[in-house]
Amino acid sequence: MDFNDTAVEATFREEVRTWLSANIPTSDELKGLDYIGRAKLWQKRKYDAGWACIRWPKEHGGRDASAIDQVIWNQEESNFDTPDSVFGIGHGMCAPTMMAWATDEQNKNYIPKLASGEDVWCQLFSEPAGGSDLAALRTRAEKDGDDWIINGQKIWTSGAHYSDYGVLVLRTDPTAPKHQGLTYFFIDMKSAGIEVKPIRQISGGANFNEVYFTDVRVSDAQRLGAVGQGWQVALTTLMNERASIGGGGGGVNFDSVFDLATRVNIDDAPAIKDKNVRAQLATWYAQESGLKFNGYRSMTALSRGEIPGPENSIGKLVGAPKQQDMASFALDLLESGGAIWDPELSDAAGMFQATYMASPGLRIAGGTDEIMANIIAERVLGLPQDIRVDKGIPFNEVPTSNS
Amino acid sequence: MNFEFSEEQNMLREQAQGFLASNCSMAVVRRVLDGDEPYDADLWKKVAEMGWTATVIPEEYEGLGLSYLELSVIAEELGRALAPIPFSSSVYLATEAILAAGSEEQKQAYLPGLAAGTSIGCFALGESSGQTSAASLTTKADSSSITGVKIPVADGDIANFAIVVATSDKGDGASLYIVDLDQDGVSRESITTIDPSRSHAKLTLNAAGAQLLGNDGEGWSYVQSILNRAAVLFAWEQVGGCDTALNMAKEYAMGRFAFGRPIATYQAIKHKLANIYVKNTLARSNCYYGAWAISTDADELPIAAATARVSAIQAYYYASKENVQTHGGMGFTWEFDCQFPYRRSKLLATNIGSEATWQDKLITAIEKQRAA
Repeated sequence: MDFNDTAVEATFREEVRTWLSANIPTSDELKGLDYIGRAKLWQKRKYDAGWACIRWPKEHGGRDASAIDQVIWNQEESNFDTPDSVFGIGHGMCAPTMMAWATDEQNKNYIPKLASGEDVWCQLFSEPAGGSDLAALRTRAEKDGDDWIINGQKIWTSGAHYSDYGVLVLRTDPTAPKHQGLTYFFIDMKSAGIEVKPIRQISGGANFNEVYFTDVRVSDAQRLGAVGQGWQVALTTLMNERASIGGGGGGVNFDSVFDLATRVNIDDAPAIKDKNVRAQLATWYAQESGLKFNGYRSMTALSRGEIPGPENSIGKLVGAPKQQDMASFALDLLESGGAIWDPELSDAAGMFQATYMASPGLRIAGGTDEIMANIIAERVLGLPQDIRVDKGIPFNEVPTSNS
Repeated sequence: MNFEFSEEQNMLREQAQGFLASNCSMAVVRRVLDGDEPYDADLWKKVAEMGWTATVIPEEYEGLGLSYLELSVIAEELGRALAPIPFSSSVYLATEAILAAGSEEQKQAYLPGLAAGTSIGCFALGESSGQTSAASLTTKADSSSITGVKIPVADGDIANFAIVVATSDKGDGASLYIVDLDQDGVSRESITTIDPSRSHAKLTLNAAGAQLLGNDGEGWSYVQSILNRAAVLFAWEQVGGCDTALNMAKEYAMGRFAFGRPIATYQAIKHKLANIYVKNTLARSNCYYGAWAISTDADELPIAAATARVSAIQAYYYASKENVQTHGGMGFTWEFDCQFPYRRSKLLATNIGSEATWQDKLITAIEKQRAA
């Protein structure tokens, strides 16, 4: 066992590092740009030099790089201060689905603009009546000549307000059983009849949107897969949720709470001397360490050209509640000061308070804790699925919550 | 990045699994737990014949000179089988003590027997309930004899010799001694523990013959380094046991029907088993870190050992208790095997320092690293 790159990997890492060192946008270059402009500038620079979406085929704007190369790239890029990306969903989920299901012509038109950052894409899956039970979505599409007419509502759509295109799953046959009546499309987000309304979160931010569709027209040519095959196409998207191998999470972590415990007192001594604080911190350290070395095991598999084992499936289920608990613990350590959420007055400029308020969302986005536990139980441990009372029943006869 | 066992080490694992499947079923664990034999002497002999006890002992002392990665593989499999043999006492503790602190003469005298399994060693640290420290030790030695009471000593009733930690007025306040247990100054009584599949004793030393192991007044520092290494190997045994508990629970949940369907279809059960898997996986990955640290003698060993130890204790406790619950009332019966991991998890958790003790060690090691 060792933590070293192979010779080929080391050469690649050096190449990446050299390029990054010379090409990170300067503050002058970024001045006056909003976060979307900054993200686009950085993405275009990578694209022009052949460093965008490196796993993709060259003809789609990528580099034909291996999975381990991607991990190395991510690690190196994360060592630099780069603009936040707005392309995660487009690159990680929409593009792989397009490459798997769209025509060559379509891919030639759309994919390079995704790679270069010219276009931003979003994913319109969740609905008020279809969250964890995604296939229960109800937004309708009805055939009208060579077009489909869309009516209904999507929700929790990240980035809908600045996206150029979106992928979406629609119900085309309400009389078929749940999974069989769905069809998958991609759509121009500037189409007439689309209305985007931001959702204000308990954290105060508004990263998500409601997206309303009123008689929105989409060409049948923008259908991916056959009519009624939408669930299968959607699974391609969901399977491509980016593996977070090698990436470190921001916000509250062991280091930040450990440091806090050296700054605040319990019984007139630094909190880090308190046995309960030490015990709690040790448990979190062990969890963080376990996740990190899970990542190393997955990287080893990639480095050997193998597929990583299931150990990486636990990341979100461990990481999200841990962030919440650590933020809560940090506020407690701050005692009455923990209630202050003000960049000027709060400890660490309010990071602990911000994480406390944002962390409930982490436990829901991309699959709730319960859904993640189901996935581990079913796909990793091989336990049976829940019995589904809506199985085989026409969708329009399935009981609903009448929301 | 090469953070995985080698092909040869995985082959060793397969061999070990095959051997233990035919020689150490749960029926064997039950026989020792129910009966009078303190350990399975026949299994011990076979394990020694395969060279497992000789794994990391250098060839010059009749060992195999393999690495701690091989020993990690064996530890995990012995833990999976809940093997009722004195492997941890003799291999992870006594052998390590002599390797760490022994003079050339002591190594020549003890290591070949330990390697062959003809000599069993044990480690006598604790003297009463509560945390043991250099300051709390009352066992005392002069130049050639030792007096004190050690309880509980894992395998103290069957071992040929003990590594005894005694107080010292020099250095760090403690010294190590080798005490041969077949002598007049030693009396040993078997004691009952929560896990009778692993024997324990009370050792009473009354001016027993003893030889100093390592330098006088450096004993507590040796103890820390011995326990750090043992913690990694204990943690491997623990994650092996975690898998056993998870598999027991899973198999039962798949076959047990309630309200017309397998209980494995209920989310209450599925989530319980998923949580076991999560904790086991975190512990296992930390064990990889520990195995790397011990096999490369890394500066991070104190952190890696404590990390592996803390997460392995937490994982095994959780897996073993929730395995009982998954079985419902049957899990509480003597007849079912759920009791074995439940007993063993707490035995391994307390044997070389508790969760709280190791949590504190972990933060202390991190503080040291940051201060450096």
